[in-house]
Amino acid sequence: MGYLMTFSHVLSFRVVGDGGSISKGKICSLKARAVLIDMEEGVVNEILQGPLRDVFDSKQLITDISGSGNNWAVGHKVFGSLYQEKILEKLRKSAEHCDCLQCFFIIHSMGGGTGSGLGTFLLKVLEDEFPEVYRFVTSIYPSGEDDVITSPYNSILAMKELNEHADCVLPIDNQSLFDIISKIDVMVNSGKLGAAIKPKSLVTSSTGVFKKRQEKPFDAMNNIVANLLLNLTSSARFEGSLNMDLNEISMNLVPFPQLHYLVSSLTPLYTLADVNIPPRRLDQMFSDAFSKDHQLIRADPRHSLYLACALMVRGNVQISDLRRNIERLKPSLQFVSWNQEGWKTSLCSVPPVGHSHSLLALANNTCVKPTFVELKERFIRLYKKKAHLHHYLQIEGMEESCFSEAVSSLSALIQEYNQLDATKSMPVEDLPRLNVAV
Amino acid sequence: MSIVTVQLGQCGNQIGFEVFDALFNDSHCPRGLCSKKENEAYQASCKERFFSEEENGVPLARAVLVDMEPKVINQTLSKAARSGRWKYGQHSCFCQKQGSGNNWAYGYSVHGPRHEESIMNLIRKEVEKCDSLSGFFIIMSMAGGTGSGLGAFVTQNLQDQYSSALKMNQIIWPYGTGEVIVQNYNSILTLSHLYRSSDALLVHENDAVHKICAKLMNIKQISFCDINQVLAHQLGSVFQPTYSGEGSFHYRRNPLGIDWQVRPPLSGLPPLGKMSVNREIHFNTSIANLVILRGKDAHSADVGAFKDPALYTSWLEPVHAFNVWKTQRAFRKYERSAALVSNSQSLVKPLDRIVGKAWNMFASRAYLHQYTKFGIEEEDFLDSFTLLEQVIASYCNL
Repeated sequence: MGYLMTFSHVLSFRVVGDGGSISKGKICSLKARAVLIDMEEGVVNEILQGPLRDVFDSKQLITDISGSGNNWAVGHKVFGSLYQEKILEKLRKSAEHCDCLQCFFIIHSMGGGTGSGLGTFLLKVLEDEFPEVYRFVTSIYPSGEDDVITSPYNSILAMKELNEHADCVLPIDNQSLFDIISKIDVMVNSGKLGAAIKPKSLVTSSTGVFKKRQEKPFDAMNNIVANLLLNLTSSARFEGSLNMDLNEISMNLVPFPQLHYLVSSLTPLYTLADVNIPPRRLDQMFSDAFSKDHQLIRADPRHSLYLACALMVRGNVQISDLRRNIERLKPSLQFVSWNQEGWKTSLCSVPPVGHSHSLLALANNTCVKPTFVELKERFIRLYKKKAHLHHYLQIEGMEESCFSEAVSSLSALIQEYNQLDATKSMPVEDLPRLNVAV
Repeated sequence: MSIVTVQLGQCGNQIGFEVFDALFNDSHCPRGLCSKKENEAYQASCKERFFSEEENGVPLARAVLVDMEPKVINQTLSKAARSGRWKYGQHSCFCQKQGSGNNWAYGYSVHGPRHEESIMNLIRKEVEKCDSLSGFFIIMSMAGGTGSGLGAFVTQNLQDQYSSALKMNQIIWPYGTGEVIVQNYNSILTLSHLYRSSDALLVHENDAVHKICAKLMNIKQISFCDINQVLAHQLGSVFQPTYSGEGSFHYRRNPLGIDWQVRPPLSGLPPLGKMSVNREIHFNTSIANLVILRGKDAHSADVGAFKDPALYTSWLEPVHAFNVWKTQRAFRKYERSAALVSNSQSLVKPLDRIVGKAWNMFASRAYLHQYTKFGIEEEDFLDSFTLLEQVIASYCNL
């Protein structure tokens, strides 16, 4: 399943119809700047019948009936060429409605056929058609116990496209999301403490109503990702004493074009209904951001090497709180030699609903490497046996070289991370400076 | 004589507001500790420098607000208007929607040329409102993209178009431990470009002001607002009116008239010793010091200690290097207050740190693709490094 969403700098919605409906404050006159794409209809139909049906413009949908059969090649090559014009048309229309188009958010999964194949096809289209506009990709990577057999193929083929055509990728895996909601579940059901949790404050909550055990786990998991995107854009949408725009993310967190994978963490997971939050509680939020239990992929940034780190804070937090915590946590973290003070920070005054403060940490860290290494290993296990390969090779435009190129692209990336890791315990030396005549 | 302030980027605009607020509040302070006539002269002088008159009597700040995204300017305008006592001109702002992405190259090479005409027009309109222009006060940070890059571009333009007016840039040095990861790159590019077009760089370091808030003012949870207000207080105490000289009856006309140009002796500088920054700078050698005294006993205070030759470099006589301005009129309810503006070696260490960190990062070529994308090449970086190493060396050799 794939989504494509465009996001303008100032307004995430455009107004449809006459001004009269604005003055009445009707939310139904706002439309998401989004294009919804799926090669089967079930999911999109569900959305269009759900509570958010008025938010999406029915003209901004692209669907088909047969689906991609969990086959990247079908999504990329077949549906790509079939729908290229239509996609371009819808994108151009959306772009026209923007005063100032700053970036695209692409949201998709890596393991399937449509999101993975057609989603990455789109990346190339966006790059060609809108070269100045940033491409942020939120990618759901397959977990270990993923039930799609061909997910390693799909993921590796998609990775090559992400390497070459994305400005910034936020990898996420379902297992980590699931672990987080399990943790919340335990807290919420733990009696006295659980009763003190403000329902709206759950990082999994969407409508503010906490539904016990009624929700499908995917809804709760998806809400975490939604909250990630909310926090990512909060400083662009709301005021603050130290703003951070989306184009600053790429600028600060991508030191070399190919190293653009960012590990994210969201804290706190919930807020206790405690009005007086002493600094110690606030500091806990910062500590948690670096713990491996709060990362949205299986990664341990604390024990790997940082190339850069961004802390996006929302709510009643001031610069001194931020500085105190950076000073406190710095000694336990390892930064690459040429970026010892590689921190990017932002302060947004408006907290998320139900919270008094929150933190989104984005790390360009070698801890992302194990995910890629595992993916490559699963790929090789399949590819060695040539299992299911014919489903791909029978698609026009697909050859074995597509696979070998994709896996070398990934190997090269892994090698870059290896080289960085090798510098981890080396002493940091200042380089000799320029000698000048006065 | 009037000063036109140009506020650039989030930092520039946030600070600019606090500065005008501090200036206005001080000039309307009831307890000036001086005669009514004195107070009125002070007020009138302050007004002429920083505010122009609007029809309904509300003073308008002589300022142009520039930012590449709208949120901060909107906030700044409404904060000023809310106070009811002074405000910014409605049409004194230039705003875009997309920001500069912390990218000096984007601010300098893209926004600069693209918006040159609009911004310079706004400045021209403000200049035309002045009976007599003393100069420009440009407020910007070094770490970001707009203040730093666009600020450097605008300053260059001001140099071209108003070469006889003084240009003083108020630069904010970022915290040593990151606000912006590429802050050191942005800083060296800013400083090297400003060196060629600005007359004076007035520097405030966030770390230093933060310490003031923490240690001297005992503020527990320090916000940028606190920091900006301390800054504004310091700037106000430098820019508010003072007397021209001993026995003068009029407030000094040129508020920026500090003799910024210090010339080494015609016979040339003494031979250079082997210079290295690692040598302990035991004494902070100055080229120029300005002391500003306000309030009770300002005229009788003894400033002899500032005339000690040991404070100054060997090729300068204290009489050429030291100046004192005074007024009996107290500043913001402080019975006595003093300000020191100093051109000395105290900034060498921070500058050296920034250059060092930028150099280490440059050696790895990290982030360079973000700059070359917009036309700032490795050569431009090398030029900047060279210029700044020369500045460091010159200061070390005082």
